[in-house]
Amino acid sequence: MDDSILLAHGSGGKLSHELVEKKFLPFLANPALNKLDDSAVFEASGRLAFTTDSYVVNPIFFPGGDIGKLAVCGTVNDLAMNGAKPLYLSLSAIIEEGFLLSELEQIMQSIKKAAEEAEVSIIAGDTKVVNRGQADKLFITTSGVGIISPGVDISGANARVGDKVLLSGTIGDHGIAVMSQREGLRFSMTLESDCAPLNKLVSQLLETSSRIHCLRDPTRGGLATTLNELARQSKVGIVVEEAKIPVKEEVKAACELLGLDPIYVANEGKMVAVADSIDADKILARMRKNNYGRDAAIIGEVTNEHPGKVVMKTKLGPSRIVDMLSGELLPRIC
Amino acid sequence: MKFIDEYQDNKLARGLAYKIAQRSTKTIRLMEFCGGHTHAILRYGIRQLVPKTVEMRSGPGCPVCVTATADLDKAIALAHLPDVIITTFGDMIRVPGSYSSLQQAKAEGADVRIVYSTIDAVEIAKANPGKSVIFIGIGFETTAPTIAASILKAQQEKIENFHVLSLNKLTPPVMKALLDSGEVKLDGIIGPGHVSVIIGSHPYEFIPQDYGVACVISGFEPLDILLCIDKLVEQIEKGEPKVEIAYPRGVKPEGNKKARQLMERVFEIGEANWRGIGIVPQSGLKVRRKYERFDADKAFSVSLKPPREPKGCRCGDVIRGAAMPLECKLFRKVCTPERPVGPCMVSSEGACAAYYQYGVPENLQGV
Repeated sequence: MDDSILLAHGSGGKLSHELVEKKFLPFLANPALNKLDDSAVFEASGRLAFTTDSYVVNPIFFPGGDIGKLAVCGTVNDLAMNGAKPLYLSLSAIIEEGFLLSELEQIMQSIKKAAEEAEVSIIAGDTKVVNRGQADKLFITTSGVGIISPGVDISGANARVGDKVLLSGTIGDHGIAVMSQREGLRFSMTLESDCAPLNKLVSQLLETSSRIHCLRDPTRGGLATTLNELARQSKVGIVVEEAKIPVKEEVKAACELLGLDPIYVANEGKMVAVADSIDADKILARMRKNNYGRDAAIIGEVTNEHPGKVVMKTKLGPSRIVDMLSGELLPRIC
Repeated sequence: MKFIDEYQDNKLARGLAYKIAQRSTKTIRLMEFCGGHTHAILRYGIRQLVPKTVEMRSGPGCPVCVTATADLDKAIALAHLPDVIITTFGDMIRVPGSYSSLQQAKAEGADVRIVYSTIDAVEIAKANPGKSVIFIGIGFETTAPTIAASILKAQQEKIENFHVLSLNKLTPPVMKALLDSGEVKLDGIIGPGHVSVIIGSHPYEFIPQDYGVACVISGFEPLDILLCIDKLVEQIEKGEPKVEIAYPRGVKPEGNKKARQLMERVFEIGEANWRGIGIVPQSGLKVRRKYERFDADKAFSVSLKPPREPKGCRCGDVIRGAAMPLECKLFRKVCTPERPVGPCMVSSEGACAAYYQYGVPENLQGV
């Protein structure tokens, strides 16, 4: 086989088959996929959750992960945030002509690892190859199906006045780790992306408490955007305390340097949970037992004041509004 | 980097705020020159910590905001020239010009790239020998030395396809212009931190001497700013205005000589067109003749339609400190960070963006 992707790999002919057989199947193998039928067939009963997401991260390899790991964790987490147990994923890859097969292999390896950790099977897939310049190396789309246990009702619209707001760990790790590798901005640091599947943590929390109302992973737009989404959807106000939000020293330093606010920086392995205050401490303790929740904290609460808005008590004491992220995060110049 | 939390310490901040409140007897008006200060003040709620006797206004220290519409139109026109790559700092691409924006030009097929450093623009020129790479040089004394360095690098490495559209501006002359106009009465100025790292504190001596206005240079952490306000209030209460540095870990009275030499080697001082203020003599940096082959103004000519200011936009007033963002009728209603009418709502250093993003809860009505 050649060492890079050719247009012919996407022709549907022999090379396409070879690509699937040598570069995809060995990593994803499972009974449903192995049949190579036009669609995967599976049994399921009960309430199902279904989601899809596309991954175009640049650069595709970053400290602590790559586009493959992200594509699995992202979709797994989207299912988990509705309280669903992820079962099956589909995976479509759009590959730019000239992409190195060795890199593809590396990415498939991390897809396999992430899927194993999350205990999901990738049962459907597709590959397309486009001309050089028509895509940026590799784009991946994953869709996922999960099953929701009876009695579980998690939604962004369920926050109630008096609920506590929990955060599963430090914010901004993913965004800063990726930014540190970006062309023209390279700075060296030990920070890694927090990219991780959170479905097991979620199921542990759901076993611990039946009073969890909302779960959401603060990905693009960061914590600030997620809190705003929850406040709007639930038509409640949210108050958080800046001093209680965990931020790693490296992230703080990079944000200071670039003029960014960590609450707007992306995460890929963190979640916000809104739960009845009665169970808040119990949920926090359970979160902290899981490695992905070891730095968890209660950062605020839900109020009937300023519905739809998020207010933050700053480190110095006064309060200010926290708006959603608008536009792109850009470093300052002055 | 360490010592971030130390400069955000709650107890120390409250202590300083208490000291300011104790000191302050008369009502005074301060202007924070830098947009970076405006953002820090609102982000940390410093306005709520200082007594009501201390009024604070934002000044013209936002490089993107003060770029004149005509200059922006020129940058957009340059972007549409064939075989040109425009490189610029991030915020610039979203600012609406008279008829378009760099972002829109990009969507229409122009090659517009965001860089984080001018040296990256030189690298892009090196990698694209068949194209002309134009860097849109905005900023104050802070960015000018690195822009000068990029021109010297291009000269040294014979990168003939690198050009700079120099829109760089100088801070002391515009402060003088504002004080001369007398439009906004000021008692004290929170002096720019990063600019002063380069130029030092001496260039501000005319502020207390000629205008009787206090000037204290500040860093960007909340404690820096509170310390600066404390010093300003102290000077004003005593009636002894002078130039002080409340940011000694960054600013030396003599500044950074090497950086200034770089600037002086490449640039000469000329007039500059400031949004909302107009032409201010001796406030701009032009590329010296010796380096004119890197000067985009000399290398390219574009024809421009007369500039048009957005109707109802009060960015000019906001830049001069003559209006608060909330006084603009478009604020939040028509003009938002998603659909900005003027540059002050675009830039991460713009006053309107700061007031929009960090509104205080008391102002939630009508939000």
